[in-house]
Amino acid sequence: MSVLSEGVRERIRALFPKYPNKRAVTLPALHIVHDELRQVSTEAIREIADLLDLHPAEVHDTMSFYNFFKDEKHPLGKHRVWVCRSIACALRGGEELLAHACDKLGVHPGETTRDGRVTLEFAECLGACEGAPCVLVNDECHMNISHEGFDELARKL
Amino acid sequence: MPEFEPVLLARINKPQSAALETYRADGGYEALRKAVAMSPGDVTELVKSAGLRGRGGAGFPTGVKWTFLPKDHPGPIYLCVNADESEPGTFNNRILMEFDPHQLLEGIAIACHAIRSPTAYLYLRYEYGRSYRVLETAIQECYAAGILGENFMGTGRRLDVHLHRGAGAYICGEETGLIESLEGKRAWPRIKPPFPAIEGLFRKPTIVNNVETLCCVTHIVARGAEWFKSVGIAPDPQNPRDAGSYGPKLYTVAGHVNEPGCFELPMGVTARELIDVHAKGVWKGRKAKAVVPGGISMGFLSADELDTPLDFNGPGKRGCLGLGTAAVVVVDDQTSMVDVLYNCCRFFSHESCGQCTPCREGTLWMTKILERIRTGHGRLEDLDLLLEVAGSMGIIPGTTICGLSDGAAWPVKNAIHKFRPEFEEYIRTGRTSRDPVAYAH
Ligand SMILES: Cc1cc2nc3c(=O)[nH]c(=O)nc-3n(C[C@H](O)[C@H](O)[C@H](O)COP(=O)(O)O)c2cc1C
Ligand code: SF4
Ligand code: FES
Repeated sequence: MSVLSEGVRERIRALFPKYPNKRAVTLPALHIVHDELRQVSTEAIREIADLLDLHPAEVHDTMSFYNFFKDEKHPLGKHRVWVCRSIACALRGGEELLAHACDKLGVHPGETTRDGRVTLEFAECLGACEGAPCVLVNDECHMNISHEGFDELARKL
Repeated sequence: MPEFEPVLLARINKPQSAALETYRADGGYEALRKAVAMSPGDVTELVKSAGLRGRGGAGFPTGVKWTFLPKDHPGPIYLCVNADESEPGTFNNRILMEFDPHQLLEGIAIACHAIRSPTAYLYLRYEYGRSYRVLETAIQECYAAGILGENFMGTGRRLDVHLHRGAGAYICGEETGLIESLEGKRAWPRIKPPFPAIEGLFRKPTIVNNVETLCCVTHIVARGAEWFKSVGIAPDPQNPRDAGSYGPKLYTVAGHVNEPGCFELPMGVTARELIDVHAKGVWKGRKAKAVVPGGISMGFLSADELDTPLDFNGPGKRGCLGLGTAAVVVVDDQTSMVDVLYNCCRFFSHESCGQCTPCREGTLWMTKILERIRTGHGRLEDLDLLLEVAGSMGIIPGTTICGLSDGAAWPVKNAIHKFRPEFEEYIRTGRTSRDPVAYAH
């Protein structure tokens, strides 16, 4: 049984013409799989490698460099919430906000709530420092987030 | 002096500023039309004569970089647009992409014509989801309008722009880390030479340029080199190697100010004017203690150095690494420099790609030493130890492959040199700082 659906494979293959070789599709393929399956399992790595004519170790090497991708032991929750801890946010309460988020969700940074709803992460500068402290929900940024503002965001997830 | 009029941010507050229709109504893509009627060499010459220098951090003259491409290369030549923007404090590329994507796409197309590249890859940091969607729409509009694609702008040639999303690593902003990442590998920067212009993406000649740099290209073609040189600061006549600091510049101001934001001003505005006039002063009626002049990699200005002009030369004259990304971060007088420096060191330790030992270990140990100081167990000798570690890592001492390491060392050097009494006092009195977050190990 393959873990990559035909739909996912199709989306990956559709990227081939954009690049002169298939290896360049590694990162986009990892994103597609990760978004869909909320993890990139060892089997998924094998299947991506197969599609891209690579050795699984090559795909694994790339994947593991970017802390971004989760393996089968640490699958992502339904949503991923990042709280920025870098300087501009930290100067305006970013770390206290992250601590509040940990309390609120009952997890440490990097962990997923028991109901599988939210994975909480710390982020380094999100490039939205004018709205410090800020929070990225999946890939949408929310600026000037108070503790109550965070609770409000979390409620909607 | 005539009143300065913003050009890069001129459209961002207009309704539908990201749409092709409004961009065209404002005269958009006329510069590209003009450029494709010129020879590639003439466009390069124009950009060179304008004195445009890269906005991504290194300040290398853009037109000069383009001339480093091999002549008569069979191709393909690639353009990589560096939209990885991750230097703490920096957000001007995001504003340009979210609110005026066509200004950037026009610059990309002009650059591709100048360097004879059929393909541009825009490497976008993953976190910029909104930029991604705005650019995707804008690119589709361009294909539909014949601005991109087969026979772009009626030239009979093909031009493609592809978006490529990163995966949360600062090092992908270093140009060869970016190239490795685009090729599907870990983003380990390459040893140079060869520089990308000779051997870059897919081992082909490649130009890497920042988003703001390419937006400037659009306006240089539209308004001419003389216009560009009428803004900013001319070369220092005492310094034959100074290429000047011409053109408008996007400064971002964040941290302890009343109104953080992105401001377009002539290159060379002072830190004080940015803080007091544009960002409406330090918050809570306080004073600034330290100011980051261009992203944390550049180090710190102290409170008595705020009249430093933020052009390519100014911060360096005050012991900072350079202008960097012109991202100003203000630290007020109630904040501990130990805590600020710890935050900076932790960032670089987290983001070091790990391939050079002095950088991987140096960033880690500087963080650990500061951690020790913050738990009240610091020793006065730790300050010299920090300086020793900082002095041993980077391209400048010649021990590492890329400049992340120099950028990691710089805030340490500046903080300890400029704020030593504060560090000593912190250690001597056994002060501590608590990390509000509990990290799982
Ligand atoms: C650690 C590191 C991170 C960098 N990050 C970025 C970045 O996010 N964006 C950028 O444009 N340049 C970044 N640069 C600079 C690039 O290597 C390169 O000089 C730049 O993209 C060239 O474009 P420009 O000449 O238009 O400035 C970084 C450099 C280093 C050493
Ligand atoms: S200096 Fe640091 S970030 Fe740069 S290549 Fe070496 S280890 Fe990687
Ligand atoms: S420091 Fe948090 S967004 Fe830049």
